[in-house]
Amino acid sequence: MGKTMAEKILAKAAKSRDVSPGDLLDVYPDVAMSHENAGLVSKVFKTIGVKKLYDSDRIVIIFDHRVPAESVKTAEGHKAVRDFVRENGIRNFFDINVGICHQVLPEYGFCRPGEVLVGTDSHTTTHGAFGVFSTGIGATEMAAVWATGKLWMMVPESIKIVTKGNFKPGVYSKDLILHLIGKLRADGADYLSVEFYGEAIEKMSIASRMVLTNLSMEMGAKAAMVPPDAKTIEYVKSVTNKPFDVVIADSDAKYRQVVEIDLSRLDPQVACPHGVDNVKPVSEIAGLPIHQALLGSCTNGRLEDLEIGAKLLAGRKINREVRMIVIPASWKVYREAIDKGYISTFIDAGAVIVNPGCGPCLGAHEGLLAGGERCISSTNRNFKGRMGSTEAEVYLASPSTVVASAIAGKITLPEVSS
Amino acid sequence: MSTFRGKTFVYGDDINTDVIFPGRYLNVFDPAEMAKHAMEDLDKDFVKNAAVGDIVVAGKYFGCGSSREQAATCLKAVGISVVIAKSFARIFYRNAINQGLAIMICPGIDEIVQMGDQLEVDPTSGVIKNLTRGGERTAKPLPPFIMGILNDGGLIPHLQKSMKSA
Repeated sequence: MGKTMAEKILAKAAKSRDVSPGDLLDVYPDVAMSHENAGLVSKVFKTIGVKKLYDSDRIVIIFDHRVPAESVKTAEGHKAVRDFVRENGIRNFFDINVGICHQVLPEYGFCRPGEVLVGTDSHTTTHGAFGVFSTGIGATEMAAVWATGKLWMMVPESIKIVTKGNFKPGVYSKDLILHLIGKLRADGADYLSVEFYGEAIEKMSIASRMVLTNLSMEMGAKAAMVPPDAKTIEYVKSVTNKPFDVVIADSDAKYRQVVEIDLSRLDPQVACPHGVDNVKPVSEIAGLPIHQALLGSCTNGRLEDLEIGAKLLAGRKINREVRMIVIPASWKVYREAIDKGYISTFIDAGAVIVNPGCGPCLGAHEGLLAGGERCISSTNRNFKGRMGSTEAEVYLASPSTVVASAIAGKITLPEVSS
Repeated sequence: MSTFRGKTFVYGDDINTDVIFPGRYLNVFDPAEMAKHAMEDLDKDFVKNAAVGDIVVAGKYFGCGSSREQAATCLKAVGISVVIAKSFARIFYRNAINQGLAIMICPGIDEIVQMGDQLEVDPTSGVIKNLTRGGERTAKPLPPFIMGILNDGGLIPHLQKSMKSA
């Protein structure tokens, strides 16, 4: 019987020859990532009683959730982590000036096909775009990984997503994954691994693939992967010299479910309050007035997203009733966006540029919402209170829909150039 | 683990970790301070009304969303003895076990419990009895190795024990 990507990668990481769904393994992750919650991880680590880290070079710490520190409490937390990093010789530390963890990991060569990556962040599924088995864990579990190098994992069953045809103009990977979440629901992939296939996935940029794997978390996925191809290998080789072994599924692998999506029939989608699986075509709610538009995040803050926004906004202004916030996913992305002139376009259109980081996505700072306000956002969650007031509403859509709506002052279908 | 007795707080499906422990408090690492904000965006009276030993009952997919461990820690810090749900999101499931917060999966729990009912729960046998209005359900047993972590009081005590015996 053939094996899925999850089965083959976990077997390798557990030094086990043959595994099946339901098997319990001791897995040794190749990369263990934390952000500001490294503060909590290190606090727990110190209680375990081991003198040193299992392997400090597997640990990556990236500040992104509250950068620069928005409060004294956060500043104290940052300081405690910097001290821990220094005392324990952790080399892979990225302070407030690098970017969002899920963008920084690939940029600095930590996403290598065939490996296992764990992170104290639910959207760690993102790195499956590089063929990595990549999943989120809590802080205490991470402290145990720092101490012992391993954690238990149950081998998951897998869902295979197969796209047919190609996207219509104005429809993007964000619309595809929102549609899938609406179809499979918030818990449709709970405990499961997801694999993406199809001509459109093969044609897709790495950045667009990352949108699929990032948001697969919102249907509960334990991991979500795109099989590595020449494009993946070229990118990974451009950022790391470390050798890696590409793992793909066997052609006769066994899946719990196969979902086929006809892209020729897919229209722009929006996730309505207060659940990411409350998905409708944009056309159904077009016309709803908005107060804020947010372009950024680990989901859609990459160069191609900013390019879409800048092209729509060139020579135009954001609606007077709307505040638009733009957050590049990393300083590398920011730098490129400056060089290409996108940032000037955003400023001229009246947008506010915020430094790379998570910004208001998780309700910490830099653009929170008041009660009664409505925001259209390229981010990944619209839970009650997620971005400020519990009386505010967040709608999730593609960068194209977000920017078209910012110009119109209301939720609007993206323009399609002929 | 001994038997739990307490009054219930009953919530619906898909209760996410943002409403259990809002993102604005994620820089809080002290359990006593976490306890002040438990369920803040779901039920503002929860912290005021919850007593040590009380029980949270929910529908499917409890604890979905963020990996924030505080969502489990804050409930334990409030004194919640066990969370019983029709199903759990996987990261919350692991976080609860790792924190030594008992959880039970019981698909029929909503049929026998209403807000405020007194329950008696035997975590070993899985039997859940409603002392207020009668009715009984049995939760699905947790795998033995998971019960082992819970019985040791969470992942860190479990790890320390295994390191001592090694």
